[in-house]
Amino acid sequence: MVLLSKIATNDRHGENSPYFDGWKAYDMNPYHPTENRDGVIQMGLAENQLCFDLSEDWIRKNPKASICTAEGVNEFKNIAIFQDYHGLPEFRQAVASFMGRVRGGRVKFDPDRIVMGGGATGANELIMFCLADPGDAFLVPSPYYPAFDRDLGWRTGVDIVPVHCDSSNGFLITKAALETAYEKAQKDNINIKGLLIANPSNPLGTVLDRETLKSLVSFVNEKNIHLVCDEIYAATVFSTPSFVSVSEIMQEMEYCNPDLIHIVYSLSKDMGLPGFRVGIVYSYNDAVVSCGRKMSSFGLVSSQTQHLLAAMLSDEEFVENYLEQSSKRLAKRHNVFTRGLAKAGITCLKSNAGLFVWMDLRRLLKEQTFEAEMVLWRVIINEVKVNVSPGSSFHCSEPGWFRVCIANMDDETVVVALQRIHAFVHQEKDGNKSQGKSTKCLPKKLQLSFSFRRYDEGIMSPHMMSPHSPVPLSPLLQART
Amino acid sequence: MLSRKASCDSHEQDSSYFLGWQEYEKNPYHEVQNPNGIIQMGLAENQLSFDLLESWLASNTDALGLKRNGRSVFRELALFQDYHGFPAFKNELVEFMAKLRGYKVAFDPNKLVLMAGSTSANEILMFCLAEPGEAFLLPTPYYPGFDRDLKWRTGVEIVPIHCSSSNDFRITACALEEAYQRAQKLNLKVKGVLVTNPSNPLGSTLNRDELNHLIDFAIKKEVHIISDEIYSGTVFDSPSFISITEAVMEKHVDHESDLLGRIHIVYSLSKDLGLPGFRVGMIYSNNETVVAAATKMSSFGLVSSQTQFLLSNMLSDKKFTSKYIKENQRRLKKRKDMLVSGLRSAGIGCAKSNAGLFCWVDMRYLLRSDTFEAEKELWKRILFEVGLNISPGSSCHCSEPGWFRVCFANMSQEILKVAIRRIEAFAESLSSASGRENLSHQRSARNSRRSLSKWVFPISSYNDHEPADR
Repeated sequence: MVLLSKIATNDRHGENSPYFDGWKAYDMNPYHPTENRDGVIQMGLAENQLCFDLSEDWIRKNPKASICTAEGVNEFKNIAIFQDYHGLPEFRQAVASFMGRVRGGRVKFDPDRIVMGGGATGANELIMFCLADPGDAFLVPSPYYPAFDRDLGWRTGVDIVPVHCDSSNGFLITKAALETAYEKAQKDNINIKGLLIANPSNPLGTVLDRETLKSLVSFVNEKNIHLVCDEIYAATVFSTPSFVSVSEIMQEMEYCNPDLIHIVYSLSKDMGLPGFRVGIVYSYNDAVVSCGRKMSSFGLVSSQTQHLLAAMLSDEEFVENYLEQSSKRLAKRHNVFTRGLAKAGITCLKSNAGLFVWMDLRRLLKEQTFEAEMVLWRVIINEVKVNVSPGSSFHCSEPGWFRVCIANMDDETVVVALQRIHAFVHQEKDGNKSQGKSTKCLPKKLQLSFSFRRYDEGIMSPHMMSPHSPVPLSPLLQART
Repeated sequence: MLSRKASCDSHEQDSSYFLGWQEYEKNPYHEVQNPNGIIQMGLAENQLSFDLLESWLASNTDALGLKRNGRSVFRELALFQDYHGFPAFKNELVEFMAKLRGYKVAFDPNKLVLMAGSTSANEILMFCLAEPGEAFLLPTPYYPGFDRDLKWRTGVEIVPIHCSSSNDFRITACALEEAYQRAQKLNLKVKGVLVTNPSNPLGSTLNRDELNHLIDFAIKKEVHIISDEIYSGTVFDSPSFISITEAVMEKHVDHESDLLGRIHIVYSLSKDLGLPGFRVGMIYSNNETVVAAATKMSSFGLVSSQTQFLLSNMLSDKKFTSKYIKENQRRLKKRKDMLVSGLRSAGIGCAKSNAGLFCWVDMRYLLRSDTFEAEKELWKRILFEVGLNISPGSSCHCSEPGWFRVCFANMSQEILKVAIRRIEAFAESLSSASGRENLSHQRSARNSRRSLSKWVFPISSYNDHEPADR
């Protein structure tokens, strides 16, 4: 008798991908500015750590927003029993208003269309359950966020058909590429239910221009398939061109069937609150809102969190200032980093959003293959001691690209990271000398070997805390189980 | 256009269980603003002990302001999304769970997986243990939400184990086997049995015989046992709660570790601590693969770090938790006794219960006929005429008509009194009619034309905030 399900025992959770291997290396030897200066710097985690001071300040000044303070505890009971899957009305109102603000007030969102999900992870899975059956597929432009394989497909049985984009045109999504992918799927008898895009893009850090968005909307209308826009990086746009949401495009297009358009959102990137698990599905399709809402039972946002964020996000002055500051700080960080890379002769894809850069290391590859990319990546982890994410884990069709996260550490650590990258590149430049050195250091097998395992094979955590702040790790998070 | 799941009815939210709630939403009772409204008795919530939680909060300002030793932990919490959960929180949870079991069992925090509510926990276990089209056996009557939680997105089937009032709805070896055979005939591969212990809607703990039947069955058929123990902290009377783990250990079975690898416990803080809004659910399993898979799946619904922090602080106060458990159980017992005696004086009996937030009420003799149609009729009358939303047994898949689940812990004492008076008046009006046999449709129609105010009594002195009893 087969004891467990296929889902429980297969690999579709995707955690055996190299995307997570780097994190293991980091987990075992995390960089610390004073206690472990030789450790691995985490640059594989797309977190926004630049604006906590602003949120902390707000919380300190608004004790009523917490149900646990003397000022707010009179709400404790009402909040503690509130499990209505519609969500707190004031929370939905605040999120709708925040989403509108992030889009410069150019679109208004209806709070009654806001459906909660357990983070964007839960939201993406939920929308798949609503739109597709096991065996159906969604087109997703590559390179794409590695965990989409899990989020869109693991328990839903939905497949991803990648739409390959490459550097020849700056990784733009072309109508031709879409048509090719769609036609091939038809030929292979794959039922395409929709197109999912991330805008701004992870890992590219770019935004889609108006024309491209319009062509995507036309495409899905033509084929009568869904369009899911994952806009979780919407407020991380720090320079021109400005962000254009699909919700704006819909307003401008003569014909667009609203039943096909769905947005996934979250506060994890824009507000730096991944721990609070706030995912949102916003659909223009009434049946999807209705069904999605029932499904949200499986991943509601804690009412305590809804209550806090309802107050925070409806504070217009705070939000205005936060968005402005966040943008500024991201721009600065991006600037510092890309200039630092440029000094080392490394270019990145031109980008104006996201918490990362898409770094071009093609010229450092021994040969233009994914194997060579893996070799280079392991060297970067083992020698340069920086955890970056190889393009292959994003299903990139060209080897040599790496995603490097830049917003999840303090300024000092950025300097250290750049110094290490500099040193490495100069090493590589010195022909024979570095050849000998790097060969000696290359592990015999292509596996990363660990002398000390903190985690069992089956239990890996790609989501460890990144202690990149001057404050030492909080003891409360260090308790061992 | 949409998925089959989106278009079908397996979420079962059109059942009477949910329809009653809708009617309540439209016309909710309020002692001042809407005294003729419907009293909600279909919601298994524990609202009796918030004052205890609130007073703890008032004396623990650090946890409140997201501080630890005066220093803000906001940043760490905001970033914490590790699906292994807060180590401190899990440590406290396993300690709390052991305490609820009188320390007869010890739990390992590494085998505990956290997720958003037991709703999510139950679904995750289905995803881990069964393929679409495979089945789990559930004793009836069972919690209506299982139809959605276990079946909807997973494609797993539920095959009921029929339990009857003739033996207080106890699970028998015979009923287990019969259900298994029925599943075989339907070509459904049985992957396990899921029980709720203490039971919803019965409000009673499983006895040793039942647990032994389950264990024997699981060994014989090599299937899983899921024990949903979310009401384990609401046991307010003897017999004491026997957890599945305890039962296995005391049975001294051969190949115990094999069996333990097929036993999984679901727990939550929604009922015992009355915190359903916080979405704290968990799975405890001795099976490493299940723990590993469930941990990854919990990504789709992690517990908010803010909530983990607050509750790990709260649960670490052992004096508080001991006091809370004891006082909460005392209040539940008092409340249940109140409802039972109120029903008794209306000539209505209940199943004997020692746990839970509800009574399993026997209204079979009030039925026009021994059918589910008659049960539905009676339910509607109680909803629209008497103004009480209670849950009909059919929504719990009970095999006998006439039973209703009535919740008693989700309102103030005064409102419960109002509800009891309404029931008494209703029962009186029915018995003053010339016998059950003469109740005709016309009479029913006349009854329904009576204004609702017949069942509503003025409250002369009213105090909603008695400190000790809610």
